[in-house]
Amino acid sequence: MQRSLIDRAYSGIIGAITGFGMLLLLAPTLVVLIISFTGGITLKFPPPSWSLRWYVELLQSQEIVEPALTSLKVAAAATILSAVLGGAAALGLARSRLKIARVLDALFMSPMVLPAMAFGLSLLLVFNLLGIRLSAATLVLGHAIICVPFVIRMVSASVQQLNPVLITCSLSLGASRWYTFRRVTLPLIRRGIVASCFVAFLTSFDNVPVSLFLADARSEVLPIKLWAILEGSLDVRVAAVSGVIVLLTLAGLVCAEIFGGVSRQIGSR
Amino acid sequence: MLPVIPLAALFLAAFVLPLIALVAISLFRTPQFAELSLAQYLRFFSDPFSIKVLTDTLWLGTEVALATLVLAYPLALVYAASGQLMRTLITFLIMLPLLTSTVVRTFAWIVLLGRDGIINTAMLSLGLWQAPARLLYTWEGMVLALTQIQLPLMALPVINSLLRLDGNLTRAAEGLGASRARVFITIILPLTLPGAIAGWLLVFAAAATAFITQTLVGGGRIILMPSYIYQQAVGVQDWPFSAALSLIFTLAVTGIVFAIGALSRRYVRGVDAA
Repeated sequence: MQRSLIDRAYSGIIGAITGFGMLLLLAPTLVVLIISFTGGITLKFPPPSWSLRWYVELLQSQEIVEPALTSLKVAAAATILSAVLGGAAALGLARSRLKIARVLDALFMSPMVLPAMAFGLSLLLVFNLLGIRLSAATLVLGHAIICVPFVIRMVSASVQQLNPVLITCSLSLGASRWYTFRRVTLPLIRRGIVASCFVAFLTSFDNVPVSLFLADARSEVLPIKLWAILEGSLDVRVAAVSGVIVLLTLAGLVCAEIFGGVSRQIGSR
Repeated sequence: MLPVIPLAALFLAAFVLPLIALVAISLFRTPQFAELSLAQYLRFFSDPFSIKVLTDTLWLGTEVALATLVLAYPLALVYAASGQLMRTLITFLIMLPLLTSTVVRTFAWIVLLGRDGIINTAMLSLGLWQAPARLLYTWEGMVLALTQIQLPLMALPVINSLLRLDGNLTRAAEGLGASRARVFITIILPLTLPGAIAGWLLVFAAAATAFITQTLVGGGRIILMPSYIYQQAVGVQDWPFSAALSLIFTLAVTGIVFAIGALSRRYVRGVDAA
């Protein structure tokens, strides 16, 4: 009798915290989506009336649309750069037993450990010392470094699951190395590549600490712009931007899920 | 090894070289790069304000990590005990904040915590509060926001280690008459501790370095290491001091992460041996 009472109290507490935790995970995103459709001029919740006025206003705000486009371009370039170089490196490292391979692997993973602000500042200092002017290119370079650890880890995981016999078979049946890579290796590690591109794109698109130091006036990116807006005022247009970002991310997740089973890749991280 | 060379070259030029430059610049006494010395580091450690900024930042990481730990375990226990549908729902809820942009997540908390925000509105209409409370631009508000934002980083490793736990152990304990709370404390908690520590390290580092959330939800009056570095580098343009600040901050965060990681590995060996 006494034990079942303790058990019930325990289950009650676990259930209550879980309910609170799930609400906590969901509520902010939901609230942002709801408030982006407000007809009012403040962030009052619940909204006094409903309208699409902030989305319309957003489309007319050149000072937000332009950084958004810059962010998309920078993220695309950083994703391609980190996926090509990182993917190649992951393949090279996976087959190597050399000690230097372990050292390089640790080096390529280290941007994850280093606070990104320190890295952003250090890049800014080097560009300044070398007299390199900040541009979209320097930004892409910084973002690519931050994205590399995700590519290395996810592509290596796929390569490790690859049965090496398949490659030996292909080669011994007379296929060239390039043909084997294209028709055997690449299709088999596709999931890892798609997932890492997805994560790399989000990482770059969302990056603040590196952009904070490396973005110049001409290549202002979206998160920095939104941060600057919110530091000054509580602008409802940010809710509309947030709505767009949330919906695009969900659409991207669905696409990446179809092509590469991303949730499993991220979940096992 | 041939395909590794391009990335190695890129890292040498755009990662290793900058870090060397960062260390070198931190060793100059003046912003005009005159005279090599440890003056910047002495300046930091002899200034009570700077030291308080560092300890506050590390304490923030600790508080947020503890809060996510308290939320993550029940979530993981329910996940492990549930069917496929509930598991999919929990996975979706965990992925949701992980995938939405940092600024969006932070903005959500500005909406929730504001004067006209949902928390104030609810409390006022329930009659629990007489006047709107100040939640935005407070330490507590910042901890709450960061807890929600970083919860996925704790929940995923805890769920993973809970799923690897041998179910026979808990069933045996329950069969022998232990209450479920006792099973949790004596079996589940010790055996999933490595997952919790992995999550703790991720959350600690992420919360301590979360510049956007710290500045927007914490506000201008709470100064923590990321905004201190930014202010010294971009505002004051004191590069030697900002370089020293970033190195001290980096060493503090990674030092704690590595120390706890090493302790945790020793603990795991102990558990495996027992």
